[in-house]
Amino acid sequence: MDGHEALADLKQISVQIEAAVIADHSGAVQACSPDDAATGELLARLALEIWEAADASRRDLGRDALTQVELSTAQGSVFVVRDPRHVLLATTAPDPTVGLVFYDLKSALHALDGQPGRAEPTVVWQADAGVSPEGGDGAA
Amino acid sequence: MARRKRKVLGAATLALGSAAGSVLIFKRKRERNASRADLYFEDGSMLSLLQGAPEADRMLPLAAEALAATGR
Repeated sequence: MDGHEALADLKQISVQIEAAVIADHSGAVQACSPDDAATGELLARLALEIWEAADASRRDLGRDALTQVELSTAQGSVFVVRDPRHVLLATTAPDPTVGLVFYDLKSALHALDGQPGRAEPTVVWQADAGVSPEGGDGAA
Repeated sequence: MARRKRKVLGAATLALGSAAGSVLIFKRKRERNASRADLYFEDGSMLSLLQGAPEADRMLPLAAEALAATGR
């Protein structure tokens, strides 16, 4: 799934998300909603800066690796999540359902990694797979 | 006389309790609306940094810029 599809899905799933951008770790925009290049570049730069600032705080405080960030203000909230290749920033109105927003953002990142597109494990039921109907191995 | 005194005392207690409850609700609401940075870590813990903390003050202007760029 490419960035545009992932973002379209995200916007469809989560009514709380107002704007979002997906970029790589160098700040190159992959997709932005609203679809505006200038806003996309600004949000991508801010996503990286927010993550850097949060990670610096984490280091100063001697905490474990960072997984996600929420910045909450009276005007609204900003969420930043990251995976090894992408960074995703989203904005919402004030007082969002934080857990749900993070869940939707992480799902979008997973979709971007192609996880839903991966081949599902195939389960084949074989009636004559060599297991006796008694189910035992003969030890009893 | 004692009955009247008890009534007044009950009313005063009720008024005081209501006032204390209102103050508590107002305080909680104000805390909830305060700007803050919530950092989530790999070990499952979360750290909430309120506006005024140096770490939060590094991040909150960036959030304000992002929200302004998206029309908030």
